[in-house]
Amino acid sequence: MTLTITDQTITLKSFEKLKELSGENVKLCMQCATCSGMCPMTAEMDHSPRKVMHLAQFGLFDKLSASNTFWKCASCHACTVKCPRGIDIAKVMEALRQQVLRKSKNYIEPSALPAERIVELPQIALVAGFRKLTS
Amino acid sequence: MKISYYPGCTLKTKAGNLETAALASLLALGIEVEEIDRWNCCGAVFSLTADDLIHQVGPVRNLIRAKEQGANKLVTLCSMCYNTLARANLIMKNDPVKRDTINRFMDDEIDYAGEVEVVHLLTFLDQEVGWERIREMVKVPLEGLRIAPYYGCTLQRPADVGIEPFGSFSLMTRLFESLGATVMPFAAADKCCGSYQILNGEDGAQSTAATILKSAAEAGAEALATSCPLCEYNLGKQQGKLLENGLIGTTVPTYYFTQLLAIALGVAPESCRFDLNDGAALDLLKNKNCLVAA
Ligand code: SF4
Ligand code: SF4
Repeated sequence: MTLTITDQTITLKSFEKLKELSGENVKLCMQCATCSGMCPMTAEMDHSPRKVMHLAQFGLFDKLSASNTFWKCASCHACTVKCPRGIDIAKVMEALRQQVLRKSKNYIEPSALPAERIVELPQIALVAGFRKLTS
Repeated sequence: MKISYYPGCTLKTKAGNLETAALASLLALGIEVEEIDRWNCCGAVFSLTADDLIHQVGPVRNLIRAKEQGANKLVTLCSMCYNTLARANLIMKNDPVKRDTINRFMDDEIDYAGEVEVVHLLTFLDQEVGWERIREMVKVPLEGLRIAPYYGCTLQRPADVGIEPFGSFSLMTRLFESLGATVMPFAAADKCCGSYQILNGEDGAQSTAATILKSAAEAGAEALATSCPLCEYNLGKQQGKLLENGLIGTTVPTYYFTQLLAIALGVAPESCRFDLNDGAALDLLKNKNCLVAA
């Protein structure tokens, strides 16, 4: 991947916001990819969790905001428990989701869910899914 | 012995089998259960952003209900409720700034500082009942039943609330061994079932569920035991679809651990609500001669 670094790509404000929301310092990441190895959802993701950490380290938020990785994250915390640098990656994913959701944007449309699905889904699935994927 | 109990929303409807089997088992073990008054939804998932305190109010109110009833422990069954309540409790215990903000926000409530301990039923059985006692109380040993214990994410992660360390499954193992069953460890036991991703297009959750079910079947398990209604949905209720789509080659009946406990303690199958499981679940127990009324 060729990266052209301009004053637009690196936005210090977004970097600080990510730190503030997640409480985590992505600069601690040493790119070992343990998180990607642990992640059950990588097949669905356009960037692996390791790559998301890399993009975040460089403050490349344009690229990050177009990624589906944090929408496909299941908050399973398998990455978090194994990161050798002690980074809570699940919190970084949540902070990336929240930056979009707080602009009143939904990732899934509750009204588009088939009625039969809603009838059979356990309540915890609906509450969890709506909290993670809708604003 | 008397315990305070938090059920959670799903256990009152779609996962009624998780609750009724637990209550019948506790009755058989001579433990009195008191459901806390005026409980509300736990929020299902713990808020992971540092500035989001409003979503901690729900779980903390439940902990306050328990404190008001004089409880020092609150027992839960659903893994997701356990995780959300236990993590909110840690904030109230360890973070004085957030604790103060949350307490001041809920000015109609008594102050709370993490006085109540959130305990999952598996931990309770280990610490307060003991596996020896359970072994003695077994009326119908689950002999010959090969069970794969599946914890799911929220019982074990993150480490500060995990009922035991990541990758270790000793509580369910000791429970099922006490009930006379054979425990089948399997490679994908610590993998996520896909969780709420079932709402976000089916592919992701289906492939994670298939990985777990195939791994359990390959290890020789005849059944999977869980403690979470969302795991049970993704791994149990979706099996027909997974089989149809060719993602799995064989089905593995799923149970709540409480149903297996109840059956072994000689509880009538009707109290375990097998009507809420896949039909294969009850058939397997019948084939193994594990039902008292069979
Ligand atoms: S496991 Fe931790 S250190 Fe390794 S790549 Fe992932 S975030 Fe970075
Ligand atoms: S928490 Fe998200 S990113 Fe981390 S392993 Fe689980 S699904 Fe992957």
